[in-house]
Amino acid sequence: MLRSHPSREGRPVALTDSGPIRWALTIAALTFLTLFLFVPLAAVFSQAMEQGWRLYWAAITEPDALAAIKLTALTAIVVLPLNVLFGIAAAWAITRAEFRGKQALITLIDLPFAVSPVISGLIFVLLFGAQGFLGPWLAGHDLKIIFAIPGIWLATLFVTAPFVARELIPLMQEQGAEEELAAVGLGASGWQTFWRITLPKIKWGLLYGAILLNARAIGEFGAVSVVSGHVRGETNTAPLHVEILYNEYSFSAAFAVASVLAMLALVTLAAKSLVEWRSQRVA
Amino acid sequence: MSNPRSPLPGVRLTMGITLLYLSLLVLIPLAGVFIKTTSLTWAQFWATVTTPRALASYRLTVWAAGIAAIINGVFGLLVAWVLVRYHFPGRRFVDAMVDLPFAMPTAVAGIALTAVYSGNGWIGQWLEPLGLKVAFTPLGVVTALTFIGLPFVVRTVQPVLQDLDAEVEEAAVSLGANRWQTFSRVILPSILPALLTGFALAFARALGEYGSVIFISGNLPMRTEITTLLIMTKLEQFDYAGATAIASVMLVASFALLLTINLLQGWTRRRQNQPA
Repeated sequence: MLRSHPSREGRPVALTDSGPIRWALTIAALTFLTLFLFVPLAAVFSQAMEQGWRLYWAAITEPDALAAIKLTALTAIVVLPLNVLFGIAAAWAITRAEFRGKQALITLIDLPFAVSPVISGLIFVLLFGAQGFLGPWLAGHDLKIIFAIPGIWLATLFVTAPFVARELIPLMQEQGAEEELAAVGLGASGWQTFWRITLPKIKWGLLYGAILLNARAIGEFGAVSVVSGHVRGETNTAPLHVEILYNEYSFSAAFAVASVLAMLALVTLAAKSLVEWRSQRVA
Repeated sequence: MSNPRSPLPGVRLTMGITLLYLSLLVLIPLAGVFIKTTSLTWAQFWATVTTPRALASYRLTVWAAGIAAIINGVFGLLVAWVLVRYHFPGRRFVDAMVDLPFAMPTAVAGIALTAVYSGNGWIGQWLEPLGLKVAFTPLGVVTALTFIGLPFVVRTVQPVLQDLDAEVEEAAVSLGANRWQTFSRVILPSILPALLTGFALAFARALGEYGSVIFISGNLPMRTEITTLLIMTKLEQFDYAGATAIASVMLVASFALLLTINLLQGWTRRRQNQPA
């Protein structure tokens, strides 16, 4: 079953592990992945189906569940284009110009990844909450951000801001700007250069970043939990709905909604692999 | 930051958008944490962040994140090794599935791990007779943090292992090194920067994790309460100053780790670019 890795030069026998070692290491690695990945994933679907199809269907089509799924979809639709545009703008500015402090700016873009999700929600409560810096002004104008949908969008924008930029920056750095310079030299406008030269070159990297961004926007829990207020049917996203059902001991219903999110995660992984495969073929 | 110079159009516009967006969405909101913290006196701040309950939460969080990162260091290296060096049926599928913790919502992971590792769960029922209780104990926290940190070491070590020059290994073997010597003296030193980077990334992610842990940990103050949960509890009691004080401690720790990771990544890049 196990073959040695056929390396570029055909790896010499002395550089391959002996049969028993290969078997032992492969089994150890797969056992680890089984205990931590495959069994929990299987458990989601098994628990979701425990009470049968009818209750499964009822759990994901009851009004509160549908409202939660709709809010999650709406959040992704709002957040995705904004952070894709930000990622492209940031990558263009960083890779197509020379300036001091470039490395600091790249670190700043990555900052949201270093911040705990709970704190990512907290910062918006401090700004816009009832006791927050802008709270009295918002209340005076009858505007609600925290414990309302705009807060969910803001927190999700924050946690997903780096995804596209961090895919595009190394890619565009490697590709260089010569083709763009040639196009501009031939009289192309900035937009023409971007649409005809840059976009075709970065489309797979862009798509890759957008897929990961989308998955995180759908699944974000901690940050959204702080700002949402958990009003069923109104400010509940799908992951928050899973928590509410679970805490009410409606385990099958919780796992039913969770299984929808797990299927989306599997679609994400499939799309990601496809993009990786396509971009490698192009390169 | 100096004025950006470029022969290409659009640089001023995109730089303006980038700085405006980052200021409004990231910098100003994060600065709010430190501004809010200054509403406490130093004595009040110190008392808030050093209560026995807060100290217990730091100890558990750092301990569990550390153990989980060590587990991921060892097994992440193993998984990367097997994926790069061996061929077996389903290898591409396994390779793709390693990223599941990045794609799966943390709340889904949390309830799934709780179901599997509780006393009557698929795996928990075999561990309990051995005296190993996982769900609702500190071990449960370690389990959840191992899950969410799993891809980091694999994904940092894998490319370095792939690019490793076979000639260096051949040289070691021709000089009489056995397989273990080749691994520990030749391969391990070249992948060490990547391994440490992956370890630090997994550790940093685990420190701030919330969603996957709160279901499996049981959330007992002093025993199984992680720091992010303590922040959440204070928020629910409308103790914003207290929550923010503890959050500022976490933020400082996260920024220190981010700096360490940047240094490690620079080291990895320099190692990779060295001619072998």
